[in-house]
Formats: sequence, C-alpha cells, structure tokens
Amino acid sequence: MSVDIRTNSVKPIRNTFAHLARRFGDKPASRYQEIAYDVQSEVNFHYKPLWDPDGEIYDKRRTAITMADWYALKDPRQFYYGSYTTTRAKQQDALDRQLDFAEKRDLLRQLPEEVRAQIVFALLPLRHYEWGANMNNCFISAYGYGTAITQAAIMATTDRLGMAQHISRIGLLVDGNSGESLTRGRALWIDDPAWQGLRRRIERLFVTRDWFEVMVAQNLALDGLVYPFFFQQFDKHIAASHGTGLSTLTDYLLRWHEETAKWVDATVKTAAAENEQNRAAIVGWFLAWREAGIDALKPIAERVLGDAAEAALGAVAAQLDARAAKLGLKV
Amino acid sequence: MAADGDLKPIKKLSLKENYALLTRGLGWEPTYEKKEEIFRTIDFEGIKIHDWEKWEDPFRLTMDAYWKYQGEKERKLYAIIDAFQQNNGQFNVTDARYVQALKLFLNGIVGLEYASHRGFNILGREFPGVGPRIAAQMQAIDELRHATTQIHAISHYNRFFEGMADFPHQFDRVWYLSIPKSFFEDAVSSGPFEFIVAISFAFEYVLTNLAFMPWMSGAAFNGDMSTVSFGFSAQSDEARHMTLGIEVIKFLLEQDPDNVPLVQKWIDKWFWRGYRLLALLATMMDYMLPKRVMSWSEAWTIYYEENGGALFADLARYGIRPPKYADVTIKEKQRVSHEMWSIFYSVRNAVGFPVWLPSAEEMDWFSEKYPDTFDRYYRPRFEHWRELEEKGTPFTNMTLPQLCQVCQWPCIYTEPDDPTEFVHRETEYQGETFHFCSDGCKDIFCNEPEKYVHAWLPVHQIYQGNCFPEGADPTAPDFNPLVAALQYMGIKPGVDGGLMSQHVDASRWEQWTSRPANLHEGAITQAVRKTT
Ligand SMILES: [Fe+2]
Ligand SMILES: [Fe+2]
Repeated sequence: MSVDIRTNSVKPIRNTFAHLARRFGDKPASRYQEIAYDVQSEVNFHYKPLWDPDGEIYDKRRTAITMADWYALKDPRQFYYGSYTTTRAKQQDALDRQLDFAEKRDLLRQLPEEVRAQIVFALLPLRHYEWGANMNNCFISAYGYGTAITQAAIMATTDRLGMAQHISRIGLLVDGNSGESLTRGRALWIDDPAWQGLRRRIERLFVTRDWFEVMVAQNLALDGLVYPFFFQQFDKHIAASHGTGLSTLTDYLLRWHEETAKWVDATVKTAAAENEQNRAAIVGWFLAWREAGIDALKPIAERVLGDAAEAALGAVAAQLDARAAKLGLKV
Repeated sequence: MAADGDLKPIKKLSLKENYALLTRGLGWEPTYEKKEEIFRTIDFEGIKIHDWEKWEDPFRLTMDAYWKYQGEKERKLYAIIDAFQQNNGQFNVTDARYVQALKLFLNGIVGLEYASHRGFNILGREFPGVGPRIAAQMQAIDELRHATTQIHAISHYNRFFEGMADFPHQFDRVWYLSIPKSFFEDAVSSGPFEFIVAISFAFEYVLTNLAFMPWMSGAAFNGDMSTVSFGFSAQSDEARHMTLGIEVIKFLLEQDPDNVPLVQKWIDKWFWRGYRLLALLATMMDYMLPKRVMSWSEAWTIYYEENGGALFADLARYGIRPPKYADVTIKEKQRVSHEMWSIFYSVRNAVGFPVWLPSAEEMDWFSEKYPDTFDRYYRPRFEHWRELEEKGTPFTNMTLPQLCQVCQWPCIYTEPDDPTEFVHRETEYQGETFHFCSDGCKDIFCNEPEKYVHAWLPVHQIYQGNCFPEGADPTAPDFNPLVAALQYMGIKPGVDGGLMSQHVDASRWEQWTSRPANLHEGAITQAVRKTT
C-alpha cells in the first residue's frame, strides 16, 4: 500500500519535548527523562495551602538545602513507574522461590528455640522501623521539590512497606504462621529498653520538618547502620553456627538496600557538591544522626552479639564513614 | 536441632489472613513525641474521627501483589506503545483534528495526575491510621503511573505535531489551562479530609466514569491505540480509587454526625468544581472527536443523572442530599459544549491548537442530539460564521474575556433558564469586585473568599503586565502585549492556534497520509487531490 511506504519515510519534526531539548538537545529522550524532568508545576500557584499558609503548594523553602536546578537530583537507577514495578515484580518472583523453599524445608522452624528467639528479638521489631521509614519517605515525596525526587521517594515509600511485609513473612516462617512472632516483635519495639533508642529516633524524625534532613537521617545515616548491622553482622552471627537458612531470606533486604543506596548516595552527593552551605548542613545532619544511630543500636547489639557487639558496630560505622567520605562528607 | 518430624504442619493462610498478618499492628502510639506534632494537619478542618481502625484498607493488596499485578499491566502496555511507535500509529487516527484533542489532554491532564500524586503523598504521610495511609500511598504511586504512562503514550505524537512540545510550561501559564490547574491546586491546598472528599469521592467516584468512558471509547473509535491502551490499563487503578472514594465517605459519615454538614459542603463545592472542569471534556467530546461516541448530553444523563441519582439515594440514609445546583447542570447539558466551542473559535488566535466550524453533517448530528437547543441557538451562529469564513473575513474576537474568579472559565455561560442571557454574578470583598460564571462558583467564593482572592487569573495577570517573556520591553514602540503574553504562555503566534484549514498540522497530515486533515471538509492541499 502506498500509504505505508510513505509513512515509513516520514521524518519527525522534532525528537523530543521542548523542555527536554533545552536540557539535553533535540534527541530522543529516555522514558525516565520524560517523566522525571519538569513535570511538577513551578509557577503561578493559585492558592495558599491551608496546611502551610506562608508557603506555596510546592515550595523550595521546605529544606535548608538550595539547588540551582532541583533536577540535578536524578535517580541513577533511572526508575520510572514501569521499570520500577517490573523490576520489583521480577525480584519478588525470585524471592518467592526462596520463601517457598524455606517454608517447605522448615528452614527457620527447625532452628533451636533460643536461636529462633534471637531472630525474633533482632528482626521482628524492624517491621516497625520499616513502617517508620515508610512514613519518612512519604514525607519526602509529599514535601520535596521536583518530579525527580518525589517519584523516587514514593517508590522508596512503597518499598519500605514491602520490606516491612517481608520481615513479617520471616516472622511467620519462624512461628509457623501463628503471628506470635509479630506480636512479640511489636511488644519489643514498644516496651523493650534495648529497642527504645531506635524507636525514639524514628519518632524524632516524624517531627523533623526539613525533608532533606529526613532524607539524610533516615536513608543514609540510620539505614546505613541498621541494614549492615542486622543483615550482615547479625546474619553472619547466626550463619556461623546455624547455617545460611536465614541468609537466604535476608539477602533480599541487603540487595534492596544496596540498590536504593545508589539513589540515596547520588542525591546526597549532588546536593553536598552544590555549595558550601549545603555541604555544611548535610555534614551536620549526618554526624548527628550517625551518632544517634550508633547509640540506638548499642543496646540491641549487646543483647544479640554480646562481646562481639563492639567490633560489629565498629565495622558497620567504618563502612558508613567510608561511604560518607565518597559522598564528599569529610568526617 | 529439632527433628523434622516434630513440627506441626504450617497453617495455611487465606489471602485475607495473610494481608492482615503482614500489615497487622505496623503502627504504634508514639510516646517520645506528641501525636499532634506528628500529625499536624488532621484537626483544623473540624472533622471528628474516633476510631481510625474502623477504616480498613478495602484492597488488601500487599506490596508484592501490587508489584506483580502492576508490573504485568505495564509490560503489556509498553508492548503496545512500542508497536504503535514503530508502526507510526499516529497516522492511523481518523484525521488531524483528533490530534488537537490530544493536545488538550497532554497539556491539561498530565499536570493534574502529577498534582494528584502530590495530594495523595500528603495523605499518605498525614493520616494517622495504617489502613488509610497505605491506601493513600498506593493511590499516590498510581497517580504517578498515570502521569508517566500518559506522557509515554502521547510522546510519539509530539514528534509529528505542533503544540505539545512544551506541555509542563503551558500547564503553568496558558489561560484556559488554569481551569484544570486551579481545580487541582484548590484540592491540594485544602486540608486532607477536604482533599479526599474532593478527589476520591466527588471526582473519582461521582464523575470519573464520565471522564473515562466517553473519552477512552472516543480514542478507540478514532483509532488511537496508544491512548486507548493507556486508558484501559488505568481502568483497574480507577476501580480501586473509586472504591476508596466510597469507603472514605461512609467512614467519615459514620464516625460522627458532626461530620455530615462538612462533608455535604465539600460535596456541593467539589461537584460544581468538577462539573465546570468537565466542560473541557464536553467540548472535546462534541467538537474535537471526528468520530463521536455519544454526546455530552447523553453522557451526563447516563453517568450523572442516572448513576449519580442512585448513589445519592443510597447516601440519603446518612443525611446526605444530592449536590447543590445539580439541577443547573441538567439545564445546561444541551448548551455547554456549544458555548465553550464558540469561545475557543472566537479567540482561536490565543489558543494552543487550531479550531474549525462543525460541518453540515456534524451540525445535523447536533440537531439530533440537541433537539431543544442546537437549531435554535447555535446552528444560525455557526452558519453565519461559515459565511464569514467563505468571504475571507472570519469572525474573531481579540478582547480577552472576563474570567470567573473560581472556575476560571470565561464568564460566558448563560442563565440556567434563559440560553440567550449571559450570567453575571459578582460580589465585593475587601473593597474589590469579583466576577463569577454561575451561582455555584459564587457560593464557593463566598464560603472562602480569603482563599479565592489568591487565584492566579490569567487575564488579570496579562493586563497587569505579569505575563511577558523574560527580556520583553513593554516600552518598545512595536511592543504587542498580546503577542508577548502568548509567547509567555508557550503558544507560538501564527503556528499553534488559528483555523485548522490553515494550520501546519493539517498540511503536514495531508502530505504524510494523503488523507484529508478534516474528514468532513475534503482536502486542503494537493497531496490529497493527487491520490484520490
Ligand atoms: Fe489518575
Ligand atoms: Fe465559574
């Protein structure tokens, strides 16, 4: 058909949207770029928010951080909704096979009672830590500036709910689906003295108003201690005498943290490199929350690792400091 | 180590039990910080909630199920979009007029989806209960999906047609796009309960089918596989959002009798606000789709009068009545699209897409669908305008219209009981006069004047000199304020608006496809005459 021949030879009059052409030149844009850049309104806001009468609906002043271009805070994973959900779905398929295997072999239920109790003590309260992290990331997506940051933050928000649910599943594998481990984990989170330091810090973040501070505190400092401590150090401790049954289930959390750290690191590094005030603010937040995190983990580490606690925490802190140094946060 | 045989078999969990266990008790009562400092925005509206636990998440979707379900939908959707792009599917649509409707969609709707994402982010953070927070977070990421997939579905059109390239810039600046923009900013700037009543109930539950069914079937009818696929893929998201809308309303009404008048006030306001927003859709449906699915009047009858009637009959037991001024919408249903298209036609040089007059065939369709109004009021007008076009002196109006302070449409709606009389409503506030298109909009203003005085009214802003591009010199002798305002809005004078028959989209369309740019009017270039 002549029509087909003609349409195949048609040349586009432009290759991409004008706002992307201004940034990257007139060449085909990626699907990430098409949603991540400039979609948030910037000007001509109509009303004063009733929940913040002195601010605008989207307002750069909700953090002390300043950026000439907020779209410098891009996500190195280049996640847009489709690539995000299909990536997580694929990972979940693999994880389901692990969970299935663990259930069929009773990998966790067969462990001696005191080991199971240790797992419940160390991991189940983290459901609530994750739920807190969910709320803190939702704060970032609610009050952050620019499509790039809010879309990555809502993905982190739903991720954290997913992690809370995954930890719940580990509990159900320990307690044979009775839910007792979840009840116990909740009681520990609310009442056990060893866990109060961490809960207090999470609640502190609920009233921290600067969204970039929340980003640094939750996603870099606290997660940067909590994840390696529980899913490397504690996991190693269990594996040393009881095999890698638990590791097959915590590995997912660790991989997730490694992946998300790429986004966190890029965001923090770029903002810190933007200007000296940013760097100073971020270093201040980082140091304070790193200290708070180590303090909070100490009593938990002593309970689960005993004499090995100090060395384990020291290793975790050194790892975090090395990471911070790479981000330009000289400490 | 315990021996294998000692363990009781694991209890099998139903989906519901599984969900309940996985999310059970995730939240806790804070003790280190004050609850009112953590959840700061849930008290000021006056809504009373006694037990957040009574609001159960209606979907019981764990994240792993969400990822898999949504991921599968995305895989299918992008397979279609990829094929559409490879096959230059943009040339399979009915004619070049259809693409003009897509411009309104991309430039006016994507920004709303993103604003909706932000509004639900706020709820996902600020609601104190676990169930409502999860529901809001899932909708927040769904709305991000909608913005994303709409851009991706329409992106390929932008490579071949004018008027879409600067959609975020236009959304923030173009005069008629302040209709949708102000609608969603009104909602997001409200408190969380008003937001959820406005968007989840009044918009998603009461009005979404109206936006969805005719528009998506319109895309299908006109051969736009890309937009159709986006639409149908979003449908199951919408079903969840609508469920949330009705659950929310019932929850609020059941929690405390004092909530009833507040909810009623919001239903009245947001029904009217949503209805005025949908006038854009009415215009698109009746005038911009080359092949029509149903008329606006028919859609309003089915999706509001019939379905909405049943809904409000059901809510009567809570003390809720149908929205105020619903009767006016019924009186207006035979007029609104004709009145709005007349505006776009007359100010076409200040619009981001070209316009055209309805053909003889289309006018006959209108006569049939609008028996009480079309032949009496609008046919004579369009026939007169056609004569002027044929004489080479097409009717045009270069004065910028007075905008309604609330809905931001030009104030050219007619009196509910007299289609020949324009509505003029005004009120004074702090020594200034404000104008409205209707009693509905005036009421909204009078309930919250301190909010609506801040509305960014494009026409006012142009007259105040706030809409000139950077570097413009209003004192220069050849300075044309209207041209400068168009540049500011991202509308290219001489390219974007005007008459379809003279538009570059139309001539390119005929060169590329050898088919007429306007199916009903015949070819405008040699490209078609040669081959037909
Ligand atoms: Fe949506
Ligand atoms: Fe109005």
